[in-house]
Amino acid sequence: MEAIAVTVNGKQHRVTAAQDEPLLWVLHDKLQLTGTKYGCGEGQCGACTVLLDGKPVRSCLTRFSAAAGKHVITIEGLEQNGVLHPLQQAFLREEAFQCGYCTSGMILAATALLGSNRNPTDDEIVRAMNGNVCRCGTYPRIVAAVRRAAQSTQKG
Amino acid sequence: MSSTPDPALALETRQHEVDGDLHWFELGRRDFLKLFSGGLLICACAAKAVAQESGRTHGSHELPKDVAAWLHITEDGNVTVFTGKVEVGQNIRTSLAQQVAEELRAPLESISLTMGDTDLVPWDAGTFGSRTTPTMGPRLRAMAVAARQMLINLAAQDWHVEPSELVAAEGKITYPKTNQSLGYGELTHGQKLVKVIEDDPPFTPVTRWKTAGTPVPKVDGSAFVTGKHQYTSDMSRPGMLYGKILRPAGFKASLASLDDQAAKQLPNVTLVRDSDFVGVAAPDLWSAEQALTALKVQWKVPPQISDRELFGYLKANAGKSDQEPPKVTGSVEKAVATAEFKLSQSYTVAYIQHAPLEPRAALAEWQGDNLTVWTGTQRPFAVRDELAAAFRIPSQNVRVLVPDTGSAYGGKHTGDAAIEAARLAKSAGKPVRVTWTREEEFTWAYFRPAGVIDIKSGALRDGTITAWECHNYNSGPAAIDVPYNIANRLIEFHPVDPPLRQGSYRGLAATANHFARESHMDELSHAAGIDPLQFRLKNISDDRLRAVFEAVAEKAAWGKQKSTPGRGFGLAGGFEKGGYIATIAEVEIGPAKTVRIRRIVEAFECGAVVNPNGLRNQIEGAIMMGVGGALFEVVRFDNGRMQNPHFSEYRVPRFKDMPQIEVVMVDRKDLPSAGAGETPIVGVAPAVANAIFAATGDRLRAMPLKPG
Repeated sequence: MEAIAVTVNGKQHRVTAAQDEPLLWVLHDKLQLTGTKYGCGEGQCGACTVLLDGKPVRSCLTRFSAAAGKHVITIEGLEQNGVLHPLQQAFLREEAFQCGYCTSGMILAATALLGSNRNPTDDEIVRAMNGNVCRCGTYPRIVAAVRRAAQSTQKG
Repeated sequence: MSSTPDPALALETRQHEVDGDLHWFELGRRDFLKLFSGGLLICACAAKAVAQESGRTHGSHELPKDVAAWLHITEDGNVTVFTGKVEVGQNIRTSLAQQVAEELRAPLESISLTMGDTDLVPWDAGTFGSRTTPTMGPRLRAMAVAARQMLINLAAQDWHVEPSELVAAEGKITYPKTNQSLGYGELTHGQKLVKVIEDDPPFTPVTRWKTAGTPVPKVDGSAFVTGKHQYTSDMSRPGMLYGKILRPAGFKASLASLDDQAAKQLPNVTLVRDSDFVGVAAPDLWSAEQALTALKVQWKVPPQISDRELFGYLKANAGKSDQEPPKVTGSVEKAVATAEFKLSQSYTVAYIQHAPLEPRAALAEWQGDNLTVWTGTQRPFAVRDELAAAFRIPSQNVRVLVPDTGSAYGGKHTGDAAIEAARLAKSAGKPVRVTWTREEEFTWAYFRPAGVIDIKSGALRDGTITAWECHNYNSGPAAIDVPYNIANRLIEFHPVDPPLRQGSYRGLAATANHFARESHMDELSHAAGIDPLQFRLKNISDDRLRAVFEAVAEKAAWGKQKSTPGRGFGLAGGFEKGGYIATIAEVEIGPAKTVRIRRIVEAFECGAVVNPNGLRNQIEGAIMMGVGGALFEVVRFDNGRMQNPHFSEYRVPRFKDMPQIEVVMVDRKDLPSAGAGETPIVGVAPAVANAIFAATGDRLRAMPLKPG
């Protein structure tokens, strides 16, 4: 184990961890950023999605050393000065969750999508989000929430 | 307010009993010797018996009738409601709060629920069987009505006026003549409300609901979109260790040998071996995994059947159910002999997994002989009793707390992770959290029972069904009855000693029994040459069932578009747990006979709707989940080993599988509210199977449906 520097949500941390340790465990257990969830450990469900230098990655499959010197954004980093991110607001408005366990990963995946495509069609939303599982089955609401967030940022 | 055992609850709880504990502990030599010194052995057995009994019925648990046990008003007017029900995504934290706010005449924001904390809430059998809305709802409403009456009486005494002159609204009692008012907190001063409720007090008529019956947003929704909500798997305690369990190489395995020399060399690792239980605890997950990998182990796995032999096994090993004797009306034999056409078919459903996105997790902490466990379970009191039995301590030494949990779907009835965390914590002398991996969740949680359902029927040319015989092997008796007018019937559930550890699942066997029955109804309607909707309507006398069939047919414009080889329409319906359902599926058949569900229209009626948006969310979610059981989900196993314990091999519904979903909610304000978390799932598979037949002429009688 060794101390590695990593920037999370704009804040610098030095974390003692093994190089091969999943970024998820560092975020969730060592930095107590528990909004990032373990769902499968094999990159198949998207619950652990975070942004690494703006790109969505599965933090369960990302080695900690791969995040060294890079900027990680987690769900805790989306709210700005007490104002929810448009996607967070849209998920609330559409009530696009039930148990909420997939929600962080969904919102981060959608953040990445809207970062590269400001006005996606429903088909583009479905394609971009297909790697994220909502076992409660709120998919139609999530699509509606992403659409709503896209529209609200267009207006803004 | 009766606490007599409810037959529906008794049936549910029997079905929910999961066979076989994962672990049995010796707990060290001294405990072991004590255990076999007679007295304590009997004690331990008795504790287990009590644990089972308490899970089955209300048993010896007289539910408290005093208001203070259920409801507390603080001096600042905030209301805490205590319930043993738990929140797993079904939104009862909101819907129960709405009902209390309604009857108490208090703002919704002033109501908060303490749920599933065994030290603080009245005993509860568990959150399952769609029981929260029909049982906990009225119970809390009754307490809120009583509390409101007491508050009015308190104010009347203060002001020397008649209670009938006072009005309760917005968390205040007001005397309209003088415009005097006092807040609830000012009236109670935070003191307990002492009143025993013997009879149901008068409820506010549903037609006058202001808070209940409205689509208020999930009460703590922002905690979920910000990631702030702490699920069990997110919790930590000072000095907490991370636990991992050495899993057997197969089901029913016994430990043949263990070499822990290498693991013992690792720093800061606690190694626990107790009987066949082997686990480690370490300051972080990485170290715990290293220790687990360092263990050299051999298991003896007894030979077991594979999924290929499953259905033959179930029929060959069928027993007679002493609890569910066959239900016989008239004579099927005679009616079949005189029927103008007859059918006999067999349907199967596979073992499937709940796969809740938050796997089983628990955090356990000992203080002497007292144990506190946070865990995601649907049955906190049953888990408390499981823990007490596993560690041979009194139940009152154990406190179980259930944070709002990352879904369950009937899959979180047992306390497996709780017992594992507590066992590790006991040896480590520190709190331990155990979070199962996805592979563990797929393998060591229990499964939805597989089943074989044989149906034999007879009918007349005019579409009158005259005979119905149904045998369900292993999947369960829920919704096994036929909701159609049939004079001669024989219906029997045959329990089987199951090859896999099985238990509850959303809707229980109602999914399997609806799949078989509504597929068979479709087959009969085609044999009779009558439209499937008309055929059903002809044989229905239940107006509520008729209403949902008519509602869904209207919404989907049933019959307007004819099925073609590329596109089929199918219909199914029924009722269960007080909810009435009718579903129409539209499927598209691809060139290689691939099935794509284009559209699902569903009508659902569950009495008076408590929260229309929450209900719609449940119905949509159940439809989406039902797509998985209908088309993809199957547990493959061979010789005691899971063959597909990953999301890469076990296909669950994803965004691309999403049909267009249209929901018709039939709001019956004149009827008591029923639960809605389960029944909306049951129509999906048969509607899809019937749509596939309509398009292709292929009758698929096995779930998941595999065309071609």
